[in-house]
Amino acid sequence: MKLTGAQILIKCLEKEGVEYVFGLPGGAILPTFDALYDSKLKFILVRHEQGATHMADGYARATGRTGVCLVTSGPGATNTVTGLATAFMDSVPVVCITGQVATHAIGSDAFQEADVVGITRPVTKHNYLVKDVKDLARIVREAFYIAKTGRPGPVLIDFPVDVSRAEMEFEWPENIYIRSYDPSPADSTDLSKAQIEKAAKAIMESKRPCLYVGGGAVVSGAHTEILELVEKTGIPITTTVLGLGVFPETHPSSLRMLGMHGTHYANYSVQNSDLLIAVGARFDDRVTGKIDKFAPHAKIIHADIDPASISKVVKVHYPIIGDIKPILKALNGLVGDLRPQMKDWLAQIEAWKKKHPLKYDQSGDQIRQEYVIEKIGELTKHKAVVTTGVGQHQMWTAQWYGFTKPRSMITSGGLGTMGYGFPSSIGAKLGRPDETVICIDGDGSFQMTLCELATAAYYKVGVKVFIMDNAHHGMVRQWQELFYRRRYSGCELGPSNPNFTKVAEGFGILAIRVEEKGQVIPAIEKALAHEGPVLVHVLVAKEDNVYPMVPAGHALDQVMDMA
Amino acid sequence: MKHTISVLVENHFGVLARVVGLFSARGFNIDSLAVGETHDPTVSRMTIVVHGDDRIVEQIIKQLNKLIDVIKVEDLSQGEIIDRELVLVKVKADTAVRNEVMQIVNTFRAKIVDVNPESLAIEVTGGESKIDAMLELLAPFQILETVRTGLIALARRKALEAPPQYPQQKKDTQKAKTRAGASGKRVNVTK
Ligand SMILES: Cc1ncc(C[n+]2csc(CCOP(=O)(O)OP(=O)(O)O)c2C)c(N)n1
Repeated sequence: MKLTGAQILIKCLEKEGVEYVFGLPGGAILPTFDALYDSKLKFILVRHEQGATHMADGYARATGRTGVCLVTSGPGATNTVTGLATAFMDSVPVVCITGQVATHAIGSDAFQEADVVGITRPVTKHNYLVKDVKDLARIVREAFYIAKTGRPGPVLIDFPVDVSRAEMEFEWPENIYIRSYDPSPADSTDLSKAQIEKAAKAIMESKRPCLYVGGGAVVSGAHTEILELVEKTGIPITTTVLGLGVFPETHPSSLRMLGMHGTHYANYSVQNSDLLIAVGARFDDRVTGKIDKFAPHAKIIHADIDPASISKVVKVHYPIIGDIKPILKALNGLVGDLRPQMKDWLAQIEAWKKKHPLKYDQSGDQIRQEYVIEKIGELTKHKAVVTTGVGQHQMWTAQWYGFTKPRSMITSGGLGTMGYGFPSSIGAKLGRPDETVICIDGDGSFQMTLCELATAAYYKVGVKVFIMDNAHHGMVRQWQELFYRRRYSGCELGPSNPNFTKVAEGFGILAIRVEEKGQVIPAIEKALAHEGPVLVHVLVAKEDNVYPMVPAGHALDQVMDMA
Repeated sequence: MKHTISVLVENHFGVLARVVGLFSARGFNIDSLAVGETHDPTVSRMTIVVHGDDRIVEQIIKQLNKLIDVIKVEDLSQGEIIDRELVLVKVKADTAVRNEVMQIVNTFRAKIVDVNPESLAIEVTGGESKIDAMLELLAPFQILETVRTGLIALARRKALEAPPQYPQQKKDTQKAKTRAGASGKRVNVTK
């Protein structure tokens, strides 16, 4: 039987095992929406295409499956750019299908035409323009394959309307073969085996080793291997913001997060280590601080699936290219207990932990974000899936929630996209309906995508949104306070912020307002007990700073802290 | 240091934009770039000359390798290479100096390809040093226009391993018995 391109696309999505499609229709994608109408795919209508990409991304990060969005040409497609860039920077598998004007009209500045393949080239792992319906099924198959394998990333398929109407016999390509794409460059296993042996030897000879683990370990599903490595050797471990949860922060070997707002002891451990074992991390400048002063005494082991991230920023002495999980499995077989030779090192780290614990000022009546987040952590037993916007609340969430499970911290680490938190929580909750999903957002970040309250309300997506209302672009205010002589240029939100509880109620969502410290715990309990979506509006301290802080351009051990 | 990088890519539309976009997005400078189809019409070869310290060039090569449409990348500067560029130069040369210019042309085994009362158009091929030397000698006569193809290059002994072929293509070329030992990676994705 002949099918239209649109029908073929939907069939392919079904065959790929897609569960949810996030999107919003328009002229050039109407044939596809018509085919979707007959499908068992669950469609989530968003209010803005950026939201669709963040939902697909949140779904992907929470589940490990590929998120899918479907939007129209021109403005629909350009609205996805921020979401694609966010997913690209954090290596998240997303397949985004955009409508396009008819092939014969491409290049004519037709209505709602945009060069989407051109615009999204730098923010996708790969992208396609489908010029012929004959290529469609193969392209969809390749797109899913590319998005999910190797270092994952978003893939875009630009789908002209005439191709979606063209008919042909549908044939599902069982096997695909891309001669120019080899997602597991480490398949030359002999090489990586030798490298792993060298690395194991370096580990066994080290006196001050430190593990530095990033999002790649989460993607690879290597949390059990990491736990085994740490318990077997006793090596202390710090994670990046994207690595949070891959190792339980409640574990005594955890140094918690490193970097600009990392703990003193994580940063000191890295700086004083003689061997830094980087696993699925990429030496981002927010992590390393001033690069020529980074881990000055350390030899560096770097395990990563992306050869291009090896020695990109720092010189690596022991590169191991490949998937983290099998690498660590092999490594675990070659290492032993290092505690005896690390005695002084571990004592030193304990001393740092004692001297510089994470802390906040608990006196006074003001509600501190640290307090709210700490309580959310306790009341969810550190097991909820948490998404965030970008800013102070994001860093405090990283510091105070206390992550214990992989895929539980969902945040825009690489691009730092405000507005990511709320839509991504919707995607995460749809992907993991049985778990508590919490969005901890800033008043600024939340307003960038709050239109998705309609989506949460309509589909009854039971996310718990906590708005930490400090009446400012808090992180901007912090930098202006510290580095721009308190000249608060363009950071005040208070006077023009909406009444958030009224906004939520306007969308038909339960809203709770928290003005006093004593209301915090009851509000969290009430929110957690409620079935559907909830918005908790918390009036927090207006001028509070995130510490510890390593100012940009400083060495990682030049830490500012509160008085 | 100068590096001559040979890149085999899928002969698709948009691939050039991907490669060039990668250079500009990452702030790498291209000295010259030449692109053309190979004997296999599904594959194009780009010869890219860049300069930069080894770390930058290593990063360029790794990033090129990450592009899905890139089949193979090789830094030819690692071994002995044959490299050539073709240059057309228009030089001011009236009858008074014409002989002098022709002598230079002969010395470099270049060719006069067009003659005008006031100027000569010269075609020269060669490696970088030959072309630079000739342009230097022509400079006093006043160069009116130049155009260069950009360097193209092959490794002297070792051939770049032929790209693996698609099944369809294999059938087509089996008769011609080309491409023995092409190694591709077959990926079976089954649910
Ligand atoms: C889309 C976008 N625009 C601008 C910024 C720059 N920026 C980083 S943090 C921040 C303030 C965020 O304010 P809010 O969401 O209220 O969080 P807070 O810092 O107050 O916790 C801004 C404007 C950004 N990261 N993303």
